[in-house]
Amino acid sequence: MTDTYFNIQALLTKLEIELNSIIQARGLNKPLMIGIHSGGAWIAEQLHQRLDIKEPLGLIDISFYRDDFSQIGMHPQVKPSQLPHHLEGRDIILIDDVFYTGRTIRAALNEIFDYGRPNQVVLGVLIERDGRQVPLQPDCTGCTVTMPAGQRIKLTGPSPLGIHIQSFSTEKIST
Amino acid sequence: MTNLQLNKEGKLKHFLSIEGLSKESLTEILDTAESFSSMSEQRVKKVPLLRGKTIVILFFENSTRTRTTFELAATRLSADVLTMNISTSATSKGESLLDTIRNLEAMHVDMFVVRHAISGAGHFIAQNAAPHISVINAGDGQHAHPTQAMLDMFTIRQYKHDFKELKVAIIGDILHSRVARSQIQALNTLGTKEVRVIAPKTLLPAHVESLGVKAFNSIEEGLAGVDVIIMLRLQKERMTSALLPTEREYFKCFGLTEKRLKLAKSNAIVMHPGPINRGVEIESCIADGPQSVILQQVGNGIAVRMAIMSLTLQSNIEAL
Repeated sequence: MTDTYFNIQALLTKLEIELNSIIQARGLNKPLMIGIHSGGAWIAEQLHQRLDIKEPLGLIDISFYRDDFSQIGMHPQVKPSQLPHHLEGRDIILIDDVFYTGRTIRAALNEIFDYGRPNQVVLGVLIERDGRQVPLQPDCTGCTVTMPAGQRIKLTGPSPLGIHIQSFSTEKIST
Repeated sequence: MTNLQLNKEGKLKHFLSIEGLSKESLTEILDTAESFSSMSEQRVKKVPLLRGKTIVILFFENSTRTRTTFELAATRLSADVLTMNISTSATSKGESLLDTIRNLEAMHVDMFVVRHAISGAGHFIAQNAAPHISVINAGDGQHAHPTQAMLDMFTIRQYKHDFKELKVAIIGDILHSRVARSQIQALNTLGTKEVRVIAPKTLLPAHVESLGVKAFNSIEEGLAGVDVIIMLRLQKERMTSALLPTEREYFKCFGLTEKRLKLAKSNAIVMHPGPINRGVEIESCIADGPQSVILQQVGNGIAVRMAIMSLTLQSNIEAL
């Protein structure tokens, strides 16, 4: 079912404003924006334009860094990550669509640190929902929602972007 | 007939030969390898995918490239790797293959990567090993060397993108070459337009056409208009009768020279699974020349072996 409750443009605008103020407050120098494949990358494309970031947009696929290989195996169609060779000392804005358990962000941070030691990483997500399983949290959000554990938010795109609420019965939560 | 290489869900469980695998399976391996190949740009060339898995590299025959690239592939996936040097192991004290396997199984290993001089050794181990163990054939006798064939397919796809319009020539000791057999099967499965083999009659298997190739006894005729040239080493260690007059005579008739290379398409690539014998099957200046992709093949071997190891080990998830 599609949920009309979410207005993507309004969420993007709020996220853009929060990111803009954190860029100023923390003095991010030539920030590099990285979107997490696939939903995060679509959101990052929009924000990259809105915030007029000069550095090319980075893309990260965290499939090889997931912690659930021994439960669910390889993910099909893993996209090669597109990141600059050296992330050493860089200021990074990491973007994902939905923040849920926090495991995706843990995996993404591990992968980023394998490319080099960044100066700082800021996390922006379109939607933060409850259900966190590791002690991580976003710095900037489009909105924060509470949902039943059996439901999941799915972003479709890249154009047009759409948000769908799916019900599922499996316990394998990994977003 | 059930395919020993696939589990109940049709997923790759062992990787023993190209035979019996679908175009989709081979393409999945190539696509996965492509994702891994970008890893070589990372500062830390390692992903945690196979952390906690133990992989035993069991080589009953000599090897440099295959063994080292398997070791690197496994360590880059964060697996623990044990390389058994058979010449200093209990096998030389008379332990049977099955007993060696049983002992290693008792150490709770997850995968065997096996090279053996006897054809079918990999199949034998896969049939007899504990159900959670995956077996990868790293070359068995004159039968198959499927990971080499897949890294060759990966290299061809890197340069030529699509197999549909390609003419590929394999030149040399086809008779003794497990690499050639696996390459021919992979090229045909992936839909290559034309696969040629070029060799003296003494180095071609009987009824070679039944493998789906065109056979040539003249290198000049066979090279005309090809996109990919794969050279093979003369496997003197496997030759038990007088198949060739001399190496010099062989080079004169079948060696890849600059003049002969011009008969192929101008953008043709030259490949060789190694080890190369300069001046026997290939002129030195070609091996080091601009059309040679021999060293790229070696590098690609790591990504392709990473893909095969992770794809086969994921099939065990249900079994655990």
